[in-house]
Amino acid sequence: MVLKTYKLFINGQFPRTESGRSIKIDGLNGQALAHVCRASRKDLRNAVEAASAAQSGWAGRSAYNRGQILYRMAEMLEARAGEFTDVIASTVDDGCEAAAREVQAAIDRLVSYAGWTDKFSQMLGTHNPVAGPHYNFTVPEAIGVVGVVAPDALPLLGLVSLIAPALCAGNTVVALGSEAHPLATAIVGEVCATSDVPAGVVNLLTGLRSELVEHFAGHREIGAIHAANLPGEQAERLRAGSAENLKRVVVRAIAEPEGWYDESACHSPWWIEPLIDFKTIWHPSGI
Amino acid sequence: MVDERAASFAKRSIKTTMKGAGLRLAVSMVDLTTLEGKDTPEKVRALCRKAVCPHEGGQIEPALPHVAAVCVYPSMVRTAKAAVAGSGVKVASVATAFPSGQYPLDGRLADVRQVVADGADEVDMVINRGAFLAGRYDEVAQEIREVKKACGPAHLKIILETGELETYDHIRRASDLAIEAAAVDGDLADGEVFIKTSTGKVSPAATMPVTLIMLEAIRDHYLATGVRIGMKPAGGIRTAKSALHYLMMVSETLDEHWLSPHLFRFGASSLVNDLVRQALKLSTGTYAAGYDTSVS
Repeated sequence: MVLKTYKLFINGQFPRTESGRSIKIDGLNGQALAHVCRASRKDLRNAVEAASAAQSGWAGRSAYNRGQILYRMAEMLEARAGEFTDVIASTVDDGCEAAAREVQAAIDRLVSYAGWTDKFSQMLGTHNPVAGPHYNFTVPEAIGVVGVVAPDALPLLGLVSLIAPALCAGNTVVALGSEAHPLATAIVGEVCATSDVPAGVVNLLTGLRSELVEHFAGHREIGAIHAANLPGEQAERLRAGSAENLKRVVVRAIAEPEGWYDESACHSPWWIEPLIDFKTIWHPSGI
Repeated sequence: MVDERAASFAKRSIKTTMKGAGLRLAVSMVDLTTLEGKDTPEKVRALCRKAVCPHEGGQIEPALPHVAAVCVYPSMVRTAKAAVAGSGVKVASVATAFPSGQYPLDGRLADVRQVVADGADEVDMVINRGAFLAGRYDEVAQEIREVKKACGPAHLKIILETGELETYDHIRRASDLAIEAAAVDGDLADGEVFIKTSTGKVSPAATMPVTLIMLEAIRDHYLATGVRIGMKPAGGIRTAKSALHYLMMVSETLDEHWLSPHLFRFGASSLVNDLVRQALKLSTGTYAAGYDTSVS
């Protein structure tokens, strides 16, 4: 049998890493399953270029249309639920039932944020009382390019949970998938490619966090980082590297695995809130 | 053959110190261009400020050089001239009914005299492509001669609009014709005349194979006469990487004399921002954001 070599997903295409490196993925029984790309700093750079170019178009779509596309992603993910379950269960030692539960939760998460696209601004935007003849509004806007660094555990649900709120608000995403279990990340690229997601809106890398976090932190075009359950040293490098360029760094601490299944927390607009900027508008009235 | 040779330059990789030197050289060769119907004096002044000082943040040490010239429409020459005064940046103006050239010759020559009177240091003319493709070569050559005379002391760049010339053979023929016509009044000084690929209004604009053909025409003219004609690819060169590929092609087709703004230019508007971004990466170690450079 020829082992599949999964590629990166950048700008709607599936390029090999420019570095030519790959990582062999072994199954639980020790048998080689596939290869994935070990992305480099330059792959990250290319992904950010694509995400940056796609951002204004994505944010400029109607919120309703972004919702339709996120919903379509959920549908495509559901259509491949069996494949995702097999792939997760092949490297994560929790059994098929846990894998199937994770896939179902990832589908639900996408559906939830598909619904939030045209609703979160009503929740997070405000009409402010001011002492003068003005209406004063505060409205949320996308930050731009959001860097996602996914946790090792729950390779599909973790990744989707971090990406969906960013996309929901009109950001484009450059994501580094689970380092320990990268196969699901590679297949999410295939889901995006068949879901009307415009090229460059979702870009997916596989590789080593230790190699890439400092470039996520340092790249000035990345406006925010959305990560979870990183080793303390890597979270610290993300924060320290972002100090100079003032990007927002959100490293969530989620109890594994149950925290990821807590819908009241994970389906909340507060997951969107760190990934937007607020714009306040003064509008004359009653003059 | 030309395609393979041109493609071979795009496989080279230039890093670190040499890349830094190449970026600075490329910045110094840019004709920073705005040629739009919606141009305003304010936009031209903003462009001129960027031409004089391509990056104002101070993180690049030593500071980047100014670009070679700004390239504008005739009505903006005086504005540009005032805005770059004393900086060393030249003002180039398109003329001769740019971009089509489809106006009577008198009008085109008046165009040239006007921009020279307004202070343009360089004139970018278009050839009469209709006449060229119809085989009326003498007519094309005669028009170039008259434009050259009308330029007076201003340097002349002759736009072939290669995207409309259809074949590589035509491009070589047009290059030879333009060079010979411009040299009619005895010997030219080095860099007094350039040949230029495109107006930027027709696709494809500059490509590497087309530029290579034109560089070869320049080389053959130099070997025959000892006169160095300049080269200006314009349109479509947007990344620092492709600018470095062009420089590689110049240095291997001609010699180091042409690695200078006196003999080689890039006609571009967004290229400068990418050169600045790459220079920032080299000096700060991190990738720049879109907001680190001015609007292009």
